[in-house]
Amino acid sequence: MLGEAGIFVAFEENSRQITENAATFGWDLPALEKEKLFFLDARMSPDMVMSGGFDLNGMLASIVSKAEEIGATRVVFDSIDVLLTLLDDPVAKRRELYRIRDWLSETGLTGIMTLRASNDTKYIEDYGFMQFMADCVIVLNHSLVDHVSLRGARIAKYRGSQFSENEFPMIIGPRGIEIAKMDLSEPDYEVFTERVSTGVERLDAMLNGGYLRGSSILITGAPGTAKSSLAGTFIEAACKRAEKALYVSFDESANEIIRNMTSINIHLLPYVRSGILRMYSARTESRSAEEHLINIRKVIEEQQPGCMVVDPLSAMVKAGGHITALGVAQRLIHLAKSKGMTLLCTSLLEFRGEPFSEATEIRISTVADTWINLSYIAKGGERNRALSIVKSRGTRHSNQVREMILSDEGITLADVYTAGGEVLMGTLRWEREKAERRAEEQRQMDAERKRIELELADSEINARIQSLKRELEANRTELKRLSVDEAAYERDETQRLADLQGLRRAD
Amino acid sequence: MNCENGSIALKLYVASGTPNSVLALRNLQTIIDDFLQGHHTLEIIDVFKEPSRAIADGILVTPSLVKLSPPPRISIIGNLSDREAVLVALDLGEPR
Ligand SMILES: Nc1ncnc2c1ncn2[C@@H]1O[C@H](COP(=O)(O)OP(=O)(O)OP(=O)(O)O)[C@@H](O)[C@H]1O
Ligand SMILES: [Mg+2]
Repeated sequence: MLGEAGIFVAFEENSRQITENAATFGWDLPALEKEKLFFLDARMSPDMVMSGGFDLNGMLASIVSKAEEIGATRVVFDSIDVLLTLLDDPVAKRRELYRIRDWLSETGLTGIMTLRASNDTKYIEDYGFMQFMADCVIVLNHSLVDHVSLRGARIAKYRGSQFSENEFPMIIGPRGIEIAKMDLSEPDYEVFTERVSTGVERLDAMLNGGYLRGSSILITGAPGTAKSSLAGTFIEAACKRAEKALYVSFDESANEIIRNMTSINIHLLPYVRSGILRMYSARTESRSAEEHLINIRKVIEEQQPGCMVVDPLSAMVKAGGHITALGVAQRLIHLAKSKGMTLLCTSLLEFRGEPFSEATEIRISTVADTWINLSYIAKGGERNRALSIVKSRGTRHSNQVREMILSDEGITLADVYTAGGEVLMGTLRWEREKAERRAEEQRQMDAERKRIELELADSEINARIQSLKRELEANRTELKRLSVDEAAYERDETQRLADLQGLRRAD
Repeated sequence: MNCENGSIALKLYVASGTPNSVLALRNLQTIIDDFLQGHHTLEIIDVFKEPSRAIADGILVTPSLVKLSPPPRISIIGNLSDREAVLVALDLGEPR
């Protein structure tokens, strides 16, 4: 693969079988075989007879000559134990393995020996020393957890090199073998203060503007509580902003999801066509969570989305092995954060009294930044959906439960009424709203009547004021006339007295 | 014995000088002396000298003894110290 030639000594399978198997990983061995790869079919024929001890001198000499011929630098002994079991004596086995080691260091070839691992004492007696002999030991592990196959690779030793001692999940898929990198570095992500729309106006308002960019959102709820629908509005909002998006679904095909969402006025198809949105759907069965993650990672690399949905995450987690699944969920979140992606996951949550049981089982709820829970509230002969924000880090969010209403127009949120400590929704809410409206109308009518009454009273008083004013005016006039008369009289009187005195020739 | 009406063709692949190969040569020689005495052809191939022949012939470990004819082709690996096994495999009877 690196342009170096190699020799494959196969003790178990013939070259045709190996080539065919490799083809399922997309490895084109026949092309390589022309110049770079030599298969040495080293299967023991069943009619072969054993008589006494043997050694690998001849085989190694043959390989060296072949290596020189094709310029090989690497050699693989696949299942060397198949050959060595023919040597009964553990000392002889050991001698031959050391012979291979010495031969490798003499010839400068890099060699890989594969060996079945087992814990029985015979095996340890025969091959236990190999751990000490080899320069690098890789232990592969295969186990079944919850009926799902889990593979792991662990480096047991590696002389002269640093390595991580943990076991890493390994998958074998169409692109060959992949080993999951565990990111052991401390989380350190770019953080954003920008908000991205939830796609539901009222929910944006409840979240003080929307989800934080680069955060992770968990939407939990019982089946049919419209988790996917909320994921849909979020994704559609991203597409409308022309932001690349990815919708990962499990056990529901992309077409089904797109069709179902048109029912609530979410139209994703044009965005899929233009490439802004990528739908990726996977089947949960027969894949481990680890494999799903690796596949999702690949799609992320291709699409480079800014917003992403995993619907439902619980399906992926169910895909086997809770411990790994938890790790997978967390690593998915870390992956999203490291890329500054806003990740929305839905999770099925069965309501069994304790509402958060499943979510806490996955424990993703502790890793998620925002957690919205959807539930049904059945009352008055109907079921209605309730939305509440359980938490939202770094956000001043509403603590109100809202009724979520799905219609042909889309998703809307409505206030819920609490009457006597009870939450009212749906028809009950509607009735309550009507009653309140009626009361309001009544109040308005009453007020109007009162206003008119008061206005009437007002004008009455005004009229009274006017007439009193007029009365006052009349009074004042009268008073004036009175005083004028009086003055005239006194003047006349003075005149009369003077006249009188004049008449009497008084001094 | 069986090979009266035809000779037996043998090839022995050795890594010259290594203990198992030396032993094989010696053990084969006694078998030849005891049973075949000229009713055979034997080719000895030193893998150290002709490494590509062993691969071409499908020989891996040394020493290996191959009986080419009469059919069926039989291969015996090891230093041939288990004489009984060799005799049975080559279908050889009582010594002369
Ligand atoms: N036009 C519409 N008007 C009213 N309700 C609708 C409309 N279209 C769909 N619904 C409701 O929305 C529901 C689908 O919601 P959604 O698929 O988002 O739920 P979910 O929580 O993802 O479900 P699941 O757990 O099955 O994945 C339907 O079951 C239906 O009740
Ligand atoms: Mg759904």
